Amino acid sequence: MAVASLFPQGGEGLGLANYSQFFTTRSYWLALVNSLQVTLGVTLISVVLAYPFAWILAFAVPERWQRLALMLAVLPFWTSYVVRSYSWLLVLAENGVINKTLMMVGVLSQPVQLANTRLATIIGFVHFFVMLLTLTIYANLKQLSPNYGKAAADLGASPVQAFIHVILPLTFPGIMVGAFLTFVLAIGDYITPQILGGNNELLMPQLIMMQIGRRGDFASASALSIILMAVVTLAYLACSRWLKIERA
Amino acid sequence: MKPISIIYAAALYVFIFLPVAVLVLFSFQSTMFPIPPLNGLSLRWYVAVLNDARLTSALLNSVAVALLTSALATLLGFLSAWGFARFYLPASVWLRGFITLPLTVSYLIIGMGLLIFFNWLGLPKSLLAVGIGHVVINLPLCFAVIYSQMGENQANIERAARDLGAGELQVLSLITAPMLWPAVFASFFLSMTFSWDEFVISFLLTRFETTLPVEIWNLLRAGLNPKTNAVGSLVFGVSVLLAIVFELFAFRKKPQ
Amino acid sequence: MTTLLDVQSLYHEFGAAHAVENVSLKIEAGSYTVLLGPSGSGKTTVLSILGGFLKPTQGRVFINGVDCTNLPPAKRPTATVFQDYALFPHMTIGNNVAFGLRMRGLAKDVRLKKVRDMLQIVGLDTSFDKKPHQLSGGQRQRVALARALIVEPSLLLLDEPLGALDLKLRRTMQDELKAIQRRVGTAFVHVTHDQEEAMALADHIVVMNNGRIEDQGAPERVYGRPATIFTATFMGESTVIPASETAAGQVHTSIGVFNCSYAKPVQFLAIRPEHVKLGGSIPVEIVEVVYQGSFKRVAAVARNDASIRILCRVSADAQVSIGENTTVGFDQAHLIALDGPH
Repeated sequence: MAVASLFPQGGEGLGLANYSQFFTTRSYWLALVNSLQVTLGVTLISVVLAYPFAWILAFAVPERWQRLALMLAVLPFWTSYVVRSYSWLLVLAENGVINKTLMMVGVLSQPVQLANTRLATIIGFVHFFVMLLTLTIYANLKQLSPNYGKAAADLGASPVQAFIHVILPLTFPGIMVGAFLTFVLAIGDYITPQILGGNNELLMPQLIMMQIGRRGDFASASALSIILMAVVTLAYLACSRWLKIERA
Repeated sequence: MKPISIIYAAALYVFIFLPVAVLVLFSFQSTMFPIPPLNGLSLRWYVAVLNDARLTSALLNSVAVALLTSALATLLGFLSAWGFARFYLPASVWLRGFITLPLTVSYLIIGMGLLIFFNWLGLPKSLLAVGIGHVVINLPLCFAVIYSQMGENQANIERAARDLGAGELQVLSLITAPMLWPAVFASFFLSMTFSWDEFVISFLLTRFETTLPVEIWNLLRAGLNPKTNAVGSLVFGVSVLLAIVFELFAFRKKPQ
Repeated sequence: MTTLLDVQSLYHEFGAAHAVENVSLKIEAGSYTVLLGPSGSGKTTVLSILGGFLKPTQGRVFINGVDCTNLPPAKRPTATVFQDYALFPHMTIGNNVAFGLRMRGLAKDVRLKKVRDMLQIVGLDTSFDKKPHQLSGGQRQRVALARALIVEPSLLLLDEPLGALDLKLRRTMQDELKAIQRRVGTAFVHVTHDQEEAMALADHIVVMNNGRIEDQGAPERVYGRPATIFTATFMGESTVIPASETAAGQVHTSIGVFNCSYAKPVQFLAIRPEHVKLGGSIPVEIVEVVYQGSFKRVAAVARNDASIRILCRVSADAQVSIGENTTVGFDQAHLIALDGPH
C-alpha cells in the first residue's frame, strides 16, 4: 500500500551526510530548539487554560446548557485551519485590529510588532489547542464518577483538598493524552508558524518546507523529517505510561 | 455559578471567538482593508469571491476530492477492519500498527514522503496525487473507528445470522454493514472533515488545479484583504451549517 | 437511650416530583436502622439528605442535638459507604482508609496505627499495599466500610452496600456487617430494597413507598402486624381480602366472618401464607403450585369469590395439583386488620 511510501528515502541515499549537516549547522539545530520551546510552551499554556474552562463547562454550567456551551466553545474550530490562522493575522498585524484600536483610542502612538513573532505563533497555537483540550478534558471529567468527589468531601476534604488528592490524579491520564496530542500536532504544523511567526524565526516544519520548496533538496528534507519523527517518538515513550490504547 | 467562573468562562469565550468575529465582521468592509474602522457594510467581497473562477473551481475540487477519498477510505477501512476482526492474520498486531502508523506522523512528513514516492514513480503533481494522499491519511482513521466497533457482541450476531443460513456475502451486506452504520457514517464524516480542510498534502502535491485551502493560502500572499475574509467566512458559515444539520439529523435518528 | 438522629418533616422535590414527603424519624445511638423500599421510594434521597449531599426543600435534620440541615458532608458527624464503594483507584488500600484521618491532620504514624487496626477489624490486614482493582467485590466493600468507620462518625450511612454481591456472599457480608456494627457501636442507617436483608440486620425497619414512610418499627412487629397494605405485601407476601366491620368486633368478608379487633375501622384483612394451611373451612380451587425447595408455594382461588386469591405454604412433599378442589384454613389470631391503602 501507499503506506510504504511514507518513509522518505533519501537521508540514507547520500550517506549520513544530511544528518551530520543537521548537527553542525547552527540554524538547523536552532530550528529544532525553537520548535521544542514553542511546542512545550504551547502545550503547557493550553492545558492550564483549558482545564478550568472544561471544569466550568462540566460542573458549573447547568446540565441542560452544557451541550450548547460546549458546542459554542469549539465553534471556531469549524473554520478552515488556514483561515483561522489568517484571522489571528487580522488581529495581530501592524495595521490589524489590536494595533489600530489601541491607536484610535490613544493608548498607542505607534503600532506594536505583534505579528511575525514567536508570540503570535504561540497565540495562534494556543487558540486552537485550548478548543481541542477543552473538548477532551470535558469528556474526561464527565466520565468520572461523582461519588469520588462526594466520598472525599464526606471524609472531610475541602474542595481544594478533594481536587488535589482525588480529582486531579484521576484525570491526569486524560490530560496527558491531550497534552501529547497537542505536542505532536503542534510540532509538525507548518501553517500556523508560517502565517503568524513569519520567517524571522524558523520552526522545524518551516525548515523542512524550505528544503523542498526553495532548494529542491529532498534528501535534506527527509533527514530533517526523520529527526522530527524521532523527537515525537521520544515524546511518546516519555508519556507511554498514560497512553495505553485499549480496544473496546 | 460563582462569579469567578463566569468571568473566566467569559474571558475564554472572548479569546476563542475574537479572531473569527473579526474575520466575519470585516468581510463586510466596504473599503479596501479589513481593519478598523469599519467604513460601512458591503457585500462586494462576497461577490468578488463568487466571481473568482479560481476560487470556485478550487471549491469544487475540494468537494470532489473530499467525497471520493472519504468514500474510498471508508470502504477500504471497513474491509480491512472486517478482515482483521474475522480472520486470523499472521503478525496481526504488527499489521494493525502498520495501518494506524500514518495517524502518528505529521501530514507534512506524509506529504513529503508521497511527493518523493510519486516523483520516483513519475506521477505528476495533480488532484489525483492529492486524492491518493487523502486516502492514505484517512484510511487509518476509518479502520480504527470501524474496528473498535467490531467486538464480541458484533461477532455473536453474525454467528447467529450464519446459523440461520446466511452466506458470507449476505452476512456482510445484510447484517454487518447495516449494524455498523454509525461507525461507517462517523468515519465517512470525519474523513470528509479532514480532507476538506487539509492543506499541507494538497499544497505539496498539486500545481495548477488545486483545492480550496491551497487557493486561500495563495490569496494570503496578497496580505490582509477583505476578499480573504469573505471566502473564509463562507467556508466557516457552510461548516457551521453542516454541523447544525448533522446535529439535528443525529437527534432525529435516535428513536430506533 | 439517647436520640442520636432526629429527622423532622423532610420534604424534597426534584422539579415537580416529590421524592420525599413528610418523612420524620428518630434513631437511637448504637442502633441498626434499615430504610426499606422499592426503587423510587425515596430511601436513597433520604440517605443523601442525611449525609449532607442534598439540601431538603423543607424540614430539619438534627444530629446529636445539633441542626445539621445546612452543613456540608465534610462538617457533619456522618460517613457514607457508597453503592459503587468509590474507592480511590490511584491509592493503595492503606491510603484509601487513611484518607479521612489525613484530612483531619493526624500525624503519619498515628494514622498508620489506626489504619492497621481498622483493617484488622474488617479482616483485611494483609491488603494494606494493594490497589482497589486487585481486590474482589466483597473485599472492596469492606475497605469502603473501614474508610468510613475510621473517622468515628456518629452515624454510618450505607447505600445498598450489598447490591453488587451474589447471594452467598451477601449472606456472609450481612453477618459481618451486623458483627462489625455491634463491635464498633456506631449507629448504622442502611438502605436496601431486599426485605430479607432488612429483617436480618435491622433493630429498626423503616418501610418507604412513593416518598412516604409506610410503617416503621422492630422487624418482628413490622412483619407480624404490618400497618399498611403496602407493608403487608412488600415485606413478605400476604393475601389481602376486602372486609367490612359489623357490630362488636366481627369482620365480614366474602369468604367468611371472623373475629378481629382493631383500633380503626377495618377495611381489609391480611394473612401470611405460612399461617394458611390445607384443610379448613374455606373451599378453594388450586391454580398454581411452585416448588421452592423447602416448601411449596400454593395459590388458590376461593370458590365463594373468584376474585380472592389465597396464598399458602405447604410442605415440600405434599401432594397437591393444579385444578384440585380442596379447602384451606387458618387461626384467626394471625389475621392482620388494615384500614385501607395509602
